[in-house]
Amino acid sequence: MTSVSITVNGTARTAEVEGRTLLVNLLREGFGLTGTHIGCDTSQCGACVVHVDGKAVKSCTMLAAQADGATVLTIEGLAHGDELHPVQAAFHEHHGLQCGFCTPGMIMAAVDMIERHDAQLDEATIRHELEGNICRCTGYHNIVKAIQAASDRMAGLRQAAE
Amino acid sequence: MYETNYHRPKDLAEAQSLFASAAEGRYLAGGMTLLPTMKQRLAAPSDLVDLGRLEALKGIAVTTDTVTIGAAVTHAEVAGSSEIQAALPALSALAGQIGDPHVRHRGTIGGSLANNDPAADYPAAVLALGATLRTTQRELAAEDFFQGLFTTALEEGEILVSVSFPIPSRAAYAKFPNPASRYAMAGVFVARMQDGDVRVGVTGAGQDGVYREASFEAALAGNLTPAALDPLTVDPDGMLADLHGSAAYRANLVKVMAKRAVAAASG
Repeated sequence: MTSVSITVNGTARTAEVEGRTLLVNLLREGFGLTGTHIGCDTSQCGACVVHVDGKAVKSCTMLAAQADGATVLTIEGLAHGDELHPVQAAFHEHHGLQCGFCTPGMIMAAVDMIERHDAQLDEATIRHELEGNICRCTGYHNIVKAIQAASDRMAGLRQAAE
Repeated sequence: MYETNYHRPKDLAEAQSLFASAAEGRYLAGGMTLLPTMKQRLAAPSDLVDLGRLEALKGIAVTTDTVTIGAAVTHAEVAGSSEIQAALPALSALAGQIGDPHVRHRGTIGGSLANNDPAADYPAAVLALGATLRTTQRELAAEDFFQGLFTTALEEGEILVSVSFPIPSRAAYAKFPNPASRYAMAGVFVARMQDGDVRVGVTGAGQDGVYREASFEAALAGNLTPAALDPLTVDPDGMLADLHGSAAYRANLVKVMAKRAVAAASG
């Protein structure tokens, strides 16, 4: 067993894990944060995407022990109280989901994508950047619309803050 | 995944000593291949020695004639490095085509090269540019490093430390990705070196993994244009054949990707 210390959604947490414990299992079973989903479990679908030290990663393909000392953000840590993150609000507004299973990963990937591109996204870039996130229901159309709207709104918020 | 003992060494010496004392040790870098393989129980190392955070394997250094990249530098870091984008844009573009954004945040150049997957992207650039691979023991030329499918010159316990790429006068990489996996069905890196030599590295297609297409190099030597490749064909005999494509299909794809790479390099 290995002891890991991780800051999850702003809270410092420690846990004893096996060497083989995946980060997604620690989040879901160890910390009860079941918003992060396990979809394919083969590193392809992106339902398990969380941010580790500010970067989107597939938490089914990272050992919990590898995240020792890291800062992790999951879907549960995105909203400020009752106020949804702009990406969450846009997925709601544009109905960027059907069954919702892929949505936590989609939203975490979208937040990462918008940050890396300084909220300057066009449709082709969004579709290309979603390569690591699979949705079996929507055909992606409303997901792309939601990310575009969130990106534009966040660009506006940045301008207003300057 | 079977049980395994995870270790995070503080330096290369400790990493090698942990590896040496393990019953069946494996080095872990980004884990983008090794962890899925372990989850499928196709690999079951008794001990994992995590190289991912070792300072000795980090860093990007660009001089007037060389780009040197630490083995634990991620694909995203190579793709996003303004220094590499300026000195060797074909390499940053190649890194930006590996896997997907989340994979690129974890996967490393050293992990990719040490694994030597026949459909990985980096080997094409390393071989085409004649890069030098520095390990804990020695320096290896690209030609000597790659030794067939999933096989390299790395000895038991030896760690790849960094890769140095000579900066070419022109270069480009063209890849036909498998629509599902994004691995190369054929990927061709074309480079014209400072001395005028043209070198062509091919990944994803050859039965023995990455290789140089000598007939293309000869044709392009004095004439770096797509048309120079028109009269040539690639022999399907040495090509991979699987459910994604026949040998003949891949042989043709190598030529098509080579022409695209030449067009981009000479444009």
